[in-house]
Amino acid sequence: MTRFAMVIDTRTCIGCGDCVVACKTENKVPAGLNRDWIVEATSGTYPNLKTEFRSERCNHCSNPTCVTLCPTGASHLWQDSNIVLVDADKCTGCKACIAACPYDARLVMHPDGYVDKCTFCHHRVEKGLDPACVSSCPTRCMHFGDLDDPGSEVSRLLATRSWKVLSPETGNEPNVYYLT
Amino acid sequence: MEELLVTARSNALIDPGLHIWTWEVAMYLFLGGMTAGIMVFAAAMTLLNKDEEAPLATTQLALLGPVVLSLGMTTLFLDLEHKLFVYRFYTAFMPLSPMSWGSWVLVFIYPVSLLQILSTLRNGYPRLAVYPDRSALGRRVLDWCESNRRSIAMAAIPFGVALGIYTGILLSAFSARPFWNTGILGPLFLVSGLSTAAALVALAARRHGERLMFTRIDLVLILVELALVALFLINLSTGSGVQIEALESIMGGPYTLLFWGLFIGAGLLVPLLLEVLELRGVSMKVVLLAPVLVLLGGYLLRQVMLDVGQESTWTQYPSQYNAELLDRLHR
Ligand code: SF4
Ligand code: SF4
Repeated sequence: MTRFAMVIDTRTCIGCGDCVVACKTENKVPAGLNRDWIVEATSGTYPNLKTEFRSERCNHCSNPTCVTLCPTGASHLWQDSNIVLVDADKCTGCKACIAACPYDARLVMHPDGYVDKCTFCHHRVEKGLDPACVSSCPTRCMHFGDLDDPGSEVSRLLATRSWKVLSPETGNEPNVYYLT
Repeated sequence: MEELLVTARSNALIDPGLHIWTWEVAMYLFLGGMTAGIMVFAAAMTLLNKDEEAPLATTQLALLGPVVLSLGMTTLFLDLEHKLFVYRFYTAFMPLSPMSWGSWVLVFIYPVSLLQILSTLRNGYPRLAVYPDRSALGRRVLDWCESNRRSIAMAAIPFGVALGIYTGILLSAFSARPFWNTGILGPLFLVSGLSTAAALVALAARRHGERLMFTRIDLVLILVELALVALFLINLSTGSGVQIEALESIMGGPYTLLFWGLFIGAGLLVPLLLEVLELRGVSMKVVLLAPVLVLLGGYLLRQVMLDVGQESTWTQYPSQYNAELLDRLHR
């Protein structure tokens, strides 16, 4: 099994939102909806404040509760990997998967009514390309690759830098990593 | 402390808090639970030979099962966003998805419930029984069902229980929603379903004796339900951080009145009191108020669980301007 991961450097991300625009363009995401977004987290007490920018999206979890709870098999894994996709022809729009995602990362594709989400641009990955967001980043803070390959860029970054994932307590084992 | 600002995310139904399921689903869970109770009581009364004492529950109640369930499935269908693909529930069985189990249980409920109806049709609805009795085949079917009445009733109980408990397990399986993530929801929804069905009988029964019997049953069920609610609250309040946080919605938060005032107060305690008074022989002009309130309480349980549960979350993005945060900066 290939374990695709995204490794995002919060130290070089400037929160410009280019990844958000790249995704909307590449995947023709309807107006008003977003498969990825930017979180600007300010922590601390004035004057000792720290700001972190995070480009967030579906974490393509190793334990994807959205797939487990889908009653029809519409939510599924792509080609023996951890990429979570939705088959629109199998989706009833019951929204169980939306409730099942602890990261609230899914969305209802209007006006058709099926559930839509980040695909890690599997149509590009298939051709050996990076996801649209990764390739559009002007500061090159985003990296994509296979974590099961110890020589990949993402594996090396995680081996050498300090990192975190979002709410690891969910037990979902998310695969979007943030370098800190 | 941390302040978050989220750019570019206001996905419909997801932001600022999840609100994917509304009254349609609450109504389905309510009517599904009631169907479970209808099947269980009709079967239990048959097994206990209560034809004389409780004619409504023994011979007529079962007919309401498929009617109530179909109403519930209609509201559930209304909730689906991709309606044309509803058949997809039945092109797969996903063993890890309670919703998939539920869709298949529903398929079995109809035939079982139909057998239940046929086995008491001549006694309960003589005017309806005339039609099948006109043909030889119809007569044979009714005869067969009547002679197997007890076996049918025995089969109906596990199916009814499965239906009732599944409506709760459905929600408790969501590890992503801290408010639901407790196994007590299964038994709680089952008992509430039984209680609403008992209230339905108390409401519809013509015989005073039958109404009293079901008032007594309902009284016990309300007490059990209160105990389960208490366990639910203990479970969450001693749970993980996100569960304690989720509980705040009903402990002083926006759903406090709905939960304590309407569900617990008007939906459980007031009918409990009225039922005690009725059984003590205090004559009341409003005897029907208690069962009506029980029905209301049953619906409110689902509604408040749905509302609070889907909003409860691991991920909070309070992106609005919050004046309180400014005060904290000066500290
Ligand atoms: S982040 Fe949510 S939608 Fe994405 S794989 Fe994990 S559970 Fe599923
Ligand atoms: S909305 Fe679609 S993808 Fe999501 S759980 Fe329901 S059927 Fe599966």
